[in-house]
Amino acid sequence: MAGLRFDLRDTPPEAAALRAELRAFLAEAGRNWSPLVRGYSWMGFDREFSREVGRRGWIGMTWPAAYGGGERTALERYVVLEEMLAVGAPVGAHWIGDRQSGPLILRLGTEEQRREFLPRIVSGELAFAIGLSEPDSGSDLASLRTRAEKVPGGWRINGRKVWTTNAHKCDFMIALLRTSPAPDPKAKHQGLSQFLVDCRASGITIRPILDLVGEEGFNEITFDDVFVPDSLLVGQEGHGWEQATAELAFERAGPERYLSSLPLLTAALDDLRSEPAAPETVGRLLARAGTLRQMSLAVAGMLQDGKTPAREAALVKDVGNDYEQALPDTLRDLMDPARTPAEVQEMQRIMTMVARSYSLRGGTREILRGIIARQLGLR
Amino acid sequence: MSDTDDLRAILLEQVERLLSDRSGPDLLRANERGEWPDALWAEAEALGLPTALVPEERGGAGLGWGDAVAVWQALGRHASPIPLGESMVAAALLAAGGIAPRPGLLGLAVGREPVAWGRRAAAVVMTSGGIVLLQPGPATRQGRASFSREPADHAAPGVPAAEGRLPDAFGPEAALLAGALLNAARIAGALEAVLDMTVDYANTRKQFGRPIGGFQAVQQLLARCAGEVAAAGVAVAHAGRAADRRGLAGAEFEIASAKVVAGEAAGTCAAIVHQVHAAMGFTDEHPLHLFTRRMWEWRDGHGAERAWARRIGAKALERGGENLWPDLTAR
Ligand SMILES: Cc1cc2nc3c(=O)[nH]c(=O)nc-3n(C[C@H](O)[C@H](O)[C@H](O)COP(=O)(O)OP(=O)(O)OC[C@H]3O[C@@H](n4cnc5c(N)ncnc54)[C@H](O)[C@@H]3O)c2cc1C
Repeated sequence: MAGLRFDLRDTPPEAAALRAELRAFLAEAGRNWSPLVRGYSWMGFDREFSREVGRRGWIGMTWPAAYGGGERTALERYVVLEEMLAVGAPVGAHWIGDRQSGPLILRLGTEEQRREFLPRIVSGELAFAIGLSEPDSGSDLASLRTRAEKVPGGWRINGRKVWTTNAHKCDFMIALLRTSPAPDPKAKHQGLSQFLVDCRASGITIRPILDLVGEEGFNEITFDDVFVPDSLLVGQEGHGWEQATAELAFERAGPERYLSSLPLLTAALDDLRSEPAAPETVGRLLARAGTLRQMSLAVAGMLQDGKTPAREAALVKDVGNDYEQALPDTLRDLMDPARTPAEVQEMQRIMTMVARSYSLRGGTREILRGIIARQLGLR
Repeated sequence: MSDTDDLRAILLEQVERLLSDRSGPDLLRANERGEWPDALWAEAEALGLPTALVPEERGGAGLGWGDAVAVWQALGRHASPIPLGESMVAAALLAAGGIAPRPGLLGLAVGREPVAWGRRAAAVVMTSGGIVLLQPGPATRQGRASFSREPADHAAPGVPAAEGRLPDAFGPEAALLAGALLNAARIAGALEAVLDMTVDYANTRKQFGRPIGGFQAVQQLLARCAGEVAAAGVAVAHAGRAADRRGLAGAEFEIASAKVVAGEAAGTCAAIVHQVHAAMGFTDEHPLHLFTRRMWEWRDGHGAERAWARRIGAKALERGGENLWPDLTAR
């Protein structure tokens, strides 16, 4: 554990007004959010909501003003994220762009790409999808086979991506593709590149896949001779693996890693007053929530200081995933069909289903723990 | 770095060096046989550690609770071979109540729990409501058998030699809150130590021709353990900071949380580190149990997870769903 640091951070004083503004906004915007909307939270997709969030300057908050960004601090952004997630806001239409695609373009994109994409992410207009997983490549992502071949002026893509959240509603995806064969089976991380792909380009077929909740949450995407111009290669050809893993590090550093099921705790609390076992269970849940929040804040603080807290972020994600995943079942033990309001029961059912994904998306628990184990020095 | 950060860093280094040089399994075993670690205690006193929390104008180092947590974590990393934490708290309470701290070991009495090394104490300190009480002389009635096997004794009922009113920020349960914080911090430190020991062991012990740390099943367990260790560390630091900002009473939620999170982590991680050490860790000879038994002791002492969880849970239920998130973020 040597070198592992979680220095406590406060949200900045100027964040108090921001938080108040968010609470007022979310109370109004969320008046009619159903249990399904709140339970689905960051997979939920609501363009109108995202555009309003963009209008208020809450997307791309830390990016340079030259690209429409707010030039605010990572901790202020943290406040926005945690307020949204705590109420289960349907953030899916801007979430990926704000968290992953935008930062990637900012860091590695060409000047042209930054000017083209970032301002439209900031305004909540452009929705992004993550094109990593394939039918035969999940955890073993580097084995992916969807390929981009060089053709005059660009690249020609053939293959298949799967589980791509909301791709059927998105505008662009950042796809990790094979641009040259791996030199040998052990070096499959080489020869991959990242591309900005227009989800409506000709040759793309997007087939929604119904999920266990009954929603069309993710998709299968078939690429059939899809042309992508040279100008939409992101970063360096052949360096897609390093780029994509750095992108996943952004994903892991977010506060959503413990908050996904908090809306259920909030909704259920009043009903539990008459339940004798509730104080202990609720106390344990709150003790962890408060601690996880401080862990997340520490990670946000390190990001703000320009550090890359990869090890710390991995740990927070792991502990946070366990927490948010267990919560629906933990509360179930305290609920009573005869007493608990139907809406709360409904949310509990939805979260029980959705919670399965918490330890899958962005890399499974087992893969994450493998990473942590290596960081611990286990070989 | 501010002056207090400097002071904390210097003190921590002193504590680490002292414990690395002078403590170890032999000393811990001697403790368990009832042999008082005289030399180590004398050195801790020479460094002024027992009065570290006493304000400077009263002859102490003027450290805060956050600093104390860091010191207690360091103690925990060495399985806390001396009852320094208890003595620090007792001295702080006396000073806050306007009573001149006594030299020598001060025992800390929390509720009906026995006093660690009470038989060696120059005096025993307790709180009752907002009052701090000092009872001179050692506690002599031997306490029940414990996980740690270290001596712990009950003070005979007696007339206190001094009483003082604590400032409001300490609240009516100052000894309990400070004791819980101490135990949580020691657990957090001990967790770091057992994780390190276990990673080392997993990288050295070979089966099937390779280090067991190469097996995924073992890796998954230790990764889980690492998350719990990190959570406990953050929980205690957060509680220490809250006590500095709002007093012990005002930090009830954070201290309770720290005790819950550290206590849960102690249970989870003790199971994991023993599983990985297997039979070797089940022996008396291997030092692992010197740490795990103390973690179990500290998780029970000064309020187990359940008691603390109930308190904060009951308050949250009373406050209702609409205040849950605002209350959480106000901390
Ligand atoms: C709701 C949801 C949304 C998603 N959204 C997206 C998206 O937008 N874009 C995208 O690209 N992907 C997305 N995914 C896919 C996700 O990233 C994959 O599910 C994940 O990477 C695991 O891949 P897999 O499902 O093929 O499982 P597999 O890799 O087949 O794993 C199956 C099981 O085996 C275990 N396993 C596999 N390899 C190992 C190993 N080496 N050691 C130990 N255990 C192992 C896994 O942990 C898992 O338990 C989404 C998934 C879900 C559930």
